[in-house]
Parts: sequence; C-alpha cells; structure tokens
Amino acid sequence: MALLLVTAIVLLYGVIYPNLSVAVSSFQRAGTWTLANYTEILSQRIVLEAIVSSLGLSIATVFFCALVGIPLAFLFERYTFPGRRLFAAFAALPLVLPPLVGTVAFIYLVGESGILAHGIQNLLGLQNPPWRLRGWSALILFHTYTMYPFFYVLTGAGLRRIDASLAEAARSLGASKTTVLRRVLLPQLTPSLLAAALLTFMTSMASFSAPLLFGGDVRVLTLEIFTARQRGDFGIAITETVILAVISLGALFFFQRYEGTRRFAAAAMKGAPRRRASIASGPARVLATILAVVFAIVLVLPVATLFLVSFAREGSWTTQTIPSAYTVANYQRLFADPWAAEVFFNSVTMSAIAAVAALLWSFAVVTLLRRGRNEQKFFGEGWRRLLSLLVLVPWALPGTVVAVSVAEAYGGPSLLLGSFVLVGTFWILPVVYFLRFMPLVVRALQASMEQVDPTLEEAAGSLGARTWQRFMRVTLPLVWPGAVAGTLLAFVIALGEYVASVLVFVPANRPISIAIASELRDFKLGAAAAYGVVLIVIISISMIVAGRLERLRA
Amino acid sequence: MSFLSLNDISRTFGTTRAVAGVSLDVNQGEFFGLLGPSGCGKTTTLRMIAGLEKPDSGSILFQDKDITNLPPERRGFGMVFQNYALFPHLNVFENVAFGLRARHKRKEEMNERVNSALELVQLPNYGKRAIDQLSGGQQQRVAIARAIAIEPALLLFDEPLSNLDVSLREETRRELRELVTRLGLTAVYVTHDQEEAFALCDRISVMVGGKLMQTGRPRELYEQPSEISVACFLGRNNLIKAMRLSSSKTTDGEFKTLEGEHTLHLPVKHEDLAPLNKPVYLAIRPEHVELSTNNNAAENSLRGNIREIVFGGATSTVRVDANGLLIEALVLRTDALEVNQPCNVILSPDHLTLLK
Repeated sequence: MALLLVTAIVLLYGVIYPNLSVAVSSFQRAGTWTLANYTEILSQRIVLEAIVSSLGLSIATVFFCALVGIPLAFLFERYTFPGRRLFAAFAALPLVLPPLVGTVAFIYLVGESGILAHGIQNLLGLQNPPWRLRGWSALILFHTYTMYPFFYVLTGAGLRRIDASLAEAARSLGASKTTVLRRVLLPQLTPSLLAAALLTFMTSMASFSAPLLFGGDVRVLTLEIFTARQRGDFGIAITETVILAVISLGALFFFQRYEGTRRFAAAAMKGAPRRRASIASGPARVLATILAVVFAIVLVLPVATLFLVSFAREGSWTTQTIPSAYTVANYQRLFADPWAAEVFFNSVTMSAIAAVAALLWSFAVVTLLRRGRNEQKFFGEGWRRLLSLLVLVPWALPGTVVAVSVAEAYGGPSLLLGSFVLVGTFWILPVVYFLRFMPLVVRALQASMEQVDPTLEEAAGSLGARTWQRFMRVTLPLVWPGAVAGTLLAFVIALGEYVASVLVFVPANRPISIAIASELRDFKLGAAAAYGVVLIVIISISMIVAGRLERLRA
Repeated sequence: MSFLSLNDISRTFGTTRAVAGVSLDVNQGEFFGLLGPSGCGKTTTLRMIAGLEKPDSGSILFQDKDITNLPPERRGFGMVFQNYALFPHLNVFENVAFGLRARHKRKEEMNERVNSALELVQLPNYGKRAIDQLSGGQQQRVAIARAIAIEPALLLFDEPLSNLDVSLREETRRELRELVTRLGLTAVYVTHDQEEAFALCDRISVMVGGKLMQTGRPRELYEQPSEISVACFLGRNNLIKAMRLSSSKTTDGEFKTLEGEHTLHLPVKHEDLAPLNKPVYLAIRPEHVELSTNNNAAENSLRGNIREIVFGGATSTVRVDANGLLIEALVLRTDALEVNQPCNVILSPDHLTLLK
C-alpha cells in the first residue's frame, strides 16, 4: 500500500502534473481558454519550418542509419573474418558518448577548422577550408554516426534470435538464398527493424547539441523551443513543446505496440542459433577485413581527436592540421581550479542523487508491477499497463520537453507545491535528471527481476520468511547486480546531460555540460576537450563495472 | 476429526477453472497423493494448501483451524518444489538454515538442526558447497532437507522427482518414503506418475479437469476405478461399451456388449450405476484378461481370434478380436499362441468393473 502511494505521488508530481500543466497552458492566454497560441505559431513560417525540419531530419536520419546499420549487422553477425572483433568492440561507442561531447569531438574532427579540413587544406594548399560543417549534410552525417548503432545492435540481436533451422528448412523446400532473405529472414526481422527505426526517430527528434552547434539554417523544434525561452517568449516555447511531445509520444505508442509482437516472435524461437560462417572467397575476405578496420577507425577517430585536443596548449591550434604545442595544463586546471572542480562536484552530486532516487523508486514500481501479475483483484491488468506507460513517458519525451514542462509546472507557486518554487533551486536539476533517466533503471531492474524464478520467493515464504525478509534475503541478493548496473548507466548519462540542463540550470550550480559549452564559446578548445575526456573516462569505467555486474548476474 | 481438510475449494485463472469444488481430508501421519494428468489442477490445489494461491471459494482447515487466508509464512508447512527452488546465492548450509533464520533460532540450535537435516538426506559435510556444484539428485535432497529443517507440521511435495532420471528416481522415492515415515510426518504429494503415487502413498486422490474423481487406497483405485477418466488415466484398460439387459432384483447383472454382441455377467452393487437400456462402460485390466485355447466353458468366455502379438520384454501384449470386440491381454508367455489362432477370452466377473 505504501508502495502504491509513493509510486502514485512521484508519477503525479513528476509525470502527470507537469505534462498536463504544459498542455493546459498551451491552450491558455491571460487566464482564458484559447487556441491563439496554436493559430499564432502555426501561422509563423519559422515554426512550421521547425516542425518540417525536425520531421525531415529525423526521417533522413532513420534512412541513413538503416542504410549503414543493417548491412553492417548482416556482415558482422553472420560472417567471421579477421578484424571482425575489432569493429564489434567499438560498434556501440557512439551510443555511450554524451551528445554534447560527441558534437564537440565531431567539430574538432570534421569541422571547417577541424583536423580533416585543415589537413586537406594544408596538403593541397587551398585558400579556404574544403568544406564547412553546417546545415543538413552536417546534421545527417553526425546523426548517422551517433545513431546507426540502434540499427546495428537491434538487427544483430534479431539475427541472433532467428532459428537457423528455419532458413535451412526453407532451403530444403527449394527456396533460393534471396527468397530465404525476403520471405523468411526479413519478416522475422521486421519487429527489430521497426524498433530501431522508432528509437532512431525519437532520438533524432530530441537531438539538440548538434543543431545548436552546427545546424546552421536548419532550425529544429528543440532549438526553437530553446531560443523562444531565451527570448522570453514562453507561450510559444510551451506550444512548441506540446507539439514536440505529441510527435514523440506518438512514436512511443507505435513502439509499444510492436514490442508486444516482438516478444511473441521471440517466444517462438527454440532452435539452435546460427553459427557465423567463414568468408571463403579470398578477395571478399580481404575486403571485409579492410571494411572492419576502416569502420573501427572511423568510430574511434572523433574520440581520439578529442583526446589529442585535450592536450593542446590554448591558442596553439589555429590553421595547423593538428595542434602545435601540447601540455597537461588543461587537466591540471580541472583539478586545481576550484571553479572547475566545483562543476564536477555539482554534476556528480546531482547525478548521484537522481540515480539513487531512481534506484529506490524502481524497486517500488517493479514490486507493484510484479505483484499486479499475481493478484489481479488488488491491482488490475489495466492499471499495470497504465503504470508501465507512465513510467516510460519521460523516457520517450525529449529532454527539452521534460525540462520545459517541469519549469512550467513548478516555475511559480503551483497547485502541488504551494508557494515553493522549484525552478531556481539546487533541486531542479536532480529532479529533471531523475525523471529523464529513471525509466532506464526501472527497465534494468525489471529485466533482472524477470530472471528470478518466482518459486524462490514462494519457497522463502513457505519456509516462514515475511515479505521484508523475502525481499532482503532472496530478491535483493539476486537482483542487485542488474539494478546497480542500471543505476550506474543512469548516473553516467545524467553526468553528461546537456539538453535539459541548459534550459533550467542555476548559475550557482552549473553542471559539466554547461561548463563545456561555455569553454567552447570562449574558444578554450583544450579545456572543453579535457572535460569531455574526463567524462568519457568516467563513462568507460562505469560501463566496464556495469558489464562485470551483468555477467555476475548471469 | 481430520488433520487437514479442504472444503469445496475452487480457483479460477482468467476464464479457466483450474480447481472446481475440491473437497478432501488428510489424516495425521498419512502420505497422501494427488494424482492426475498435467493441467488437472493438482499443483494449484497443493499451492492453495501451501498458501501460495488463495481459493476463490471454499475453506481450508488445518487441525480444525481455518487457514484459508493465512499467508504461507505463517502456516509452517514445508514445501519441496518441482524445480527445487534452491537459493542460488546461498550455499547448502544457508539454504537449509533459511527457514530457521527466518524464525530467529539461536546459532547452536540452528547448526544442530541443519546438520541433522543434512545427515537425514545423506549429505553430511556438504554445507559449504555451492548449489551449482551439486548434481540434480543432491539438489533434490537439499530441497528436502530445507523443508524438514523447520520441523514442518505438514510436508508438501510438488512433483519433486520429475527432474531426476529413472534409476535415481526409484532410489530417492524409497528414501523419501522412509524418511517421512521415520519422522512421523504427514505429507501431501503431487505427481502425474501413477507408479510413483502407488509406491509412495497411503491414499490417493485422482484429479481430472480440476475435479476430484476418486479417492482411495492405490489398489482400490487400480482395480475398482469408479469413473472412466480414472480408469483411462490409471494405466491401460480395456473399455467395453455395453447395455444392461435384465433388471432382476438380484445383484447379478447381465450385459450385452455393443461390439461383438457378447453376453457378460457381473455383480451390480448399486442399481443406479447401471440403468436399463443405456450404454455403460465396463473395464478390465489387460493383465486380468485370461486367454485359453481349450474349449472349457468358463463364465464370460468369448470366442475370438488372435490379431497381434507384441513382444514387450517380461510380458507380451496379445490383441484378440472377439467378433468385432477388440480386447488386449497381458501375458507372461506367448509360446502356445500364434497370430490368427482361435482362442477364448475370459473376462472374470471379479475383475470387471462398472464405470460411471
């Protein structure tokens, strides 16, 4: 009962009220109900353009990510050749880069004054850089780099799940290789591909750092919302937020429906997984190896660039291909300068608060969801669905939307908090981080819980253990590795969070990402890079620990 | 005054009635079996006794106290699960000690009880082993030790031997029965294996389709099944569709088989079991069917032809066609028999039973 209350309160304060209040105020002006906000912004060319740009960019992103990710998944999942492992090791790297850090690294590598452009310019003795990293092509290139892993990973997983004997059966029935691909493999992959497409679409809709730093004339919704708020045009910002939220939630509903069918498909699989085939033909083998090495380099290059620039002496990298002078001063400053150290301290504190709160809360939610399955009278199937859906909503919403809705709901005296104004206090960012990343922890815990045989708890019950004893002595020892891994993931993602932070951060309490952005604005490229490298190191360590924990669980 | 009694309990999952109005009584010190095909509701019944499921209706009394709504941890029943449900993160000792720790027993007492439980299941000195270092048979013993360590008022078994291979199963079965008798425990044992149930249990209830069909001693059930479903479930049986001819006041019933039109005689204990001119089923076990090649006229002797002889090791199955009525007989020796040989099939009235 207490669990239900806690869960309900958090959902009410964190998900239902903020989103409703944004939706409501988008229909209000000076206290009266009106459609004026919508008619007004929909008549502005720039807003319509933003909607079209966001959708167009996202669709293009999905297309190019599929174009890169699916063939790579087929190649690396189904064949074995030298270099395969090298690529596989780095394949998901872009997924773990904080978007802002990835954007910065990308600018250093392929920006007009980046290593590649300068390299070619100096090599050929050109007057101007050979290209400018601006606009559509730049955004699509960056999005493809950062989001193709959705397709690669999900297609790979889908291929692994497919029963090899199905393809063999089709061949024995006289189907050619292409027929097998078209009529047996692709239909079974459809759910995976759809999931990848929707994830890519939603991530692209939420993308903010890249459009901000090199979007050029491409003005997407996230950016429009940000600038409208900067201008003080809150009505428009809120209305645009609602539009963005509706598009993202639409994608979520779609995604949810297809996830159900995917589970169905997975349940039907019982046969042996297919073994990777060796590529027999010599030239094809060489080609595949070259491809693996090239792609591995492409994946690592932005991070390597960031690493290089983090050691650059400030002002030593103007027209040269690579910085001319190196120093460790950028790092020394991070630890010596109280201002820089404080930024780290802020981010770590706020992320830790959010992650630990998410962990505790996840136990309440997952316990409720599990209990609902056994006692239908207590907590019906419909409520269970609603609960899972509400938990997922903040995950599906772009960070911009979460931040704006919380700011709108608690930016002044509110129905739920009375005269307490959350915005402008230390707590605003931990709250936003919690809302954005708790779905990750809930999902991780849920996955761990599902692997625990329910008869273990029953056995504990029959041996006389009360509810609390069952939890402490049976459930917790079995699920903690998965739960901690999920919490760690939420923690490191919060550590590099930028999209929502930039909207609601308090100057006295700046997180790392804001510091990176301000260093970049001051052309302190080395300092910005050093922050990024430290973030990447923390993330890598956390990922290794999380991986160990996952293995511990298995 | 029975030890445990279920009164008309039912449980529905969604739209399926898993258990429909089951009533039964278990006596103290009894080894009681719940036998039935998979999906018949026997496990659900056991789980309701354990408190892991709540009945939708009906009540469960234990030593005359109503325990229907008591949570499992307050019943003090030991349960052995089909998959053993051993805690993978605890070693053997801690698994067995689990229930004692939940009861906050003193350390000395706990050590003593865990060690004696492990000795009882012949796993002394295994305390420090991890669960995944044990064989299936050893895991099964740990599960039993864990259940008896709490000195349960009632022991519940949910198909505990079904994951063991055949030779181990028989050995463990014998030990299990011996252990329960030695400790003077009362046990309820769920299984779908009739041989297991017969070997272990003092009394058995046969469940089919969520309903309790018949309760009795193993021999009774085997030889005098009262229902078709029980007769079918408990091993091979010749089912003969027949119609009662005369309704004399005596207990002698005269039946005409629908196939082959033979006349059979058997005593009818209850008049209502065999209404006139309505088809009923008669059952006889293949091992009770006698075959004879000489022409002496025994009661219920039918002329027939041997259709098939299937060698099956110690016994052989002989299928006889008696004018369209197919009868299976289990015989020890087939030396004197040949396919297509005419013979007499004798269905002794003592072994023929009338089914509901």
